[in-house]
Amino acid sequence: MKKALALGMAVVMAASLTACGGSGSTTTTTAASSETTAAAADTTAAAAEDTTAAAEEAPAESAGGTLKIGVIGPLTGPAAAYGQGVRNAVELAVNEVNAAGGIGDGIMIEMNAQDDEHDAQKSVNAYNTLKDWGVQMIIGSVTSAPCIAVAAETEVDNMFQITPSGSAVECVAPDNVFRVCFADPDQGAAAAQYIGEHQLATDVAIIYDSSTEYSTGIREAFVEEAANQGLNIVADEAFTADNATDFSVQLTKAKDAGATLVFCPFYYQEASIVLSQADSMGYDPIFFGVDGMDGILTVENFDTSLAEGVMLLTPFSATEESSKAFTDAYVAAYGETPNQFAADAYDAVYAIKAAVEKSGVTPDMSVSDICEAMKTAMTEITIDGLTGAGMTWNAAGEPNKAPKAAMIVDGVYVMQ
Amino acid sequence: MTKNKVRIQNAVTYGMVVLFWVVIQIMDRTGHLTSLFKGLLVPLCMYAILAVSLNLTVGILGELSLGHAGFMCLGAFSGAFLTNCLETAVPSMGLRFFMALILGAVVAGIFGLLIGIPVLRLKGDYLAIVTLAFGEIIKNLINVLYVGRDVNGFHFSMKDTTSLGMDKETGVVLIKGAQGITGTPRAATFTIGILLLLLTLFIVLNLIHSRAGRAIMSIRDNRIAAESIGINITKYKLMAFSISAALAGMAGVLYAHSLSTLQASSNNFGYNKSILILVFVVLGGLGNMRGSIIAAMLLTALPELLRGLNDYRMLIYAVVLIVMTIFNSSPKAIEIRSMVLSRIRGGAKKEVA
Repeated sequence: MKKALALGMAVVMAASLTACGGSGSTTTTTAASSETTAAAADTTAAAAEDTTAAAEEAPAESAGGTLKIGVIGPLTGPAAAYGQGVRNAVELAVNEVNAAGGIGDGIMIEMNAQDDEHDAQKSVNAYNTLKDWGVQMIIGSVTSAPCIAVAAETEVDNMFQITPSGSAVECVAPDNVFRVCFADPDQGAAAAQYIGEHQLATDVAIIYDSSTEYSTGIREAFVEEAANQGLNIVADEAFTADNATDFSVQLTKAKDAGATLVFCPFYYQEASIVLSQADSMGYDPIFFGVDGMDGILTVENFDTSLAEGVMLLTPFSATEESSKAFTDAYVAAYGETPNQFAADAYDAVYAIKAAVEKSGVTPDMSVSDICEAMKTAMTEITIDGLTGAGMTWNAAGEPNKAPKAAMIVDGVYVMQ
Repeated sequence: MTKNKVRIQNAVTYGMVVLFWVVIQIMDRTGHLTSLFKGLLVPLCMYAILAVSLNLTVGILGELSLGHAGFMCLGAFSGAFLTNCLETAVPSMGLRFFMALILGAVVAGIFGLLIGIPVLRLKGDYLAIVTLAFGEIIKNLINVLYVGRDVNGFHFSMKDTTSLGMDKETGVVLIKGAQGITGTPRAATFTIGILLLLLTLFIVLNLIHSRAGRAIMSIRDNRIAAESIGINITKYKLMAFSISAALAGMAGVLYAHSLSTLQASSNNFGYNKSILILVFVVLGGLGNMRGSIIAAMLLTALPELLRGLNDYRMLIYAVVLIVMTIFNSSPKAIEIRSMVLSRIRGGAKKEVA
């Protein structure tokens, strides 16, 4: 009796496992269709606001067909702010493009955003989910390590991928991957050049997060370039993600070494603590951050007056005249100020639009054919985006645009 | 349990894994497998191996270890390092992967032995704390480790890539601190994963039902009694602990070869990962290998299969976790379950009669 029961149980368990496999497809299709409805609803909403006739029709009914674009990024978890910014900005740009009659001869865009929780494995899962949905191009992944993992997958499928913010060098190693942001070493070198050229300081301290590839990558390039710029690195202090709550040791060392500028290549949450602690110990050097510093003014319970005079290398400022239209539309739709990740993603959509128009690809082509055509077209286009005017791309996938630095004055970014 | 029953129980466990493989193969051939599920197959095997290996320490040896992700991390990095190192020397990817699996298991096993010697003198909570710390130390050490190779051989540094002092032209950085190892070939397939899972089951189940296994369980049940009949406590504890670590290392190699990027981040190898594996073991039942496999596979696949529910999936995952725990361990739930079972059995008996 027991044997039979055990065997029966085993069969049931195995069956339940396979049932999971089977139900996988149904779940995904429902997901896709509900996403589609959501996207369609959004388009209608946008169309209603714009009162343009072109977008009244659902994307699927358009003459030029529908291009399916997948977005991968952290929509939940600690890096959610970046992923959500990217998703919202892509949605905004897609609605705009659709409302204005689509790409080229009326190709409508349909989007589907999948969460990767800032995890490489989950990012690949998200990509596979999008493949089941029938995705033709990828915007993502938003963060570096997941982006490297997804790029290896898209390379095999030969699918066109553009990452708004995957800044690690390896992100664009396959030739089907392009990016909108600067690579980490470029940022580090650009920061050192900027400090050297504008003679902001000669004695520089560095505080960096040794547990993230982002921070170590930038620091390394900064140190290399600092020597050429005549900068003197008097303190070079590390922290890790696990002890990112107290920076008094690092700040004391920087202060004792007489640094008049502290280079902070890490994210804004930690930066807000650094600024508060520096203030309480009466240390007031120039704090110089990179694009991760963007968002410092939105930290909850942070006295933004402490951020006065902070300089950061960012390609985007929400208060700039050229980005006003985008910022207004974004605030109206999502109720918050867009960050640089959102701007990068917005540019990514318009880069895709320009490249599709240039190459003349149509949604009925195979994924691989689209990718081949897009690879060539990306190197031929020039777009004036939010993150830089006259942006061009080389065949390696790196963008070419001028780095810009901003200083926080009276609670807003002022471009230098 | 009689010898016969044990054999049948084990056969059911192996059979379940083989059946799972066969069903997936059929679904794959007939095109019923979604890309998402295809991508999930290797992680499913990996987590099942991790759960079975941890069950050896927690369920059979009876010691609470929270450092399993640390052993996995060791295996992953040593394996990926070997694969990337021998890229030119051994052109066959399959052979390199095989060598990486062995190296990963050996390295993790040796560390398991080394850590085990001082740590297994501790009991209960203290052991948990020390293993937790071990996992974190491994993760943080690898985060600051830089290894490069040029014509002169290997270079090591704990600072950055420039301090490796490598020859400019021939220098290749193999391990790049927090950026970890990138570009590992994705050699791991579902079939290899299932084979490794079967190997893990073979090792663990045979150990349990051997003389050594009975000694290990006697230590768990009553240490003093076991000592009094002359069982070498240290030897058997170390044996179970290092085998468990070696198998975790093997799972780590599988992980490293399923993604092109490997980083010792808190997300990948932090204590949360150790606790996640412990959750699989506890939910599947302490000492119950079949339960560990099912729990690991279900809980790994669940959040991915619930993607359609968008942000609610995390909530549902938590609810399912609570319901499963209650269903498995609450006395009332067990009572209801046995009642239902006896009714079914009773009904069957009546039919026979």
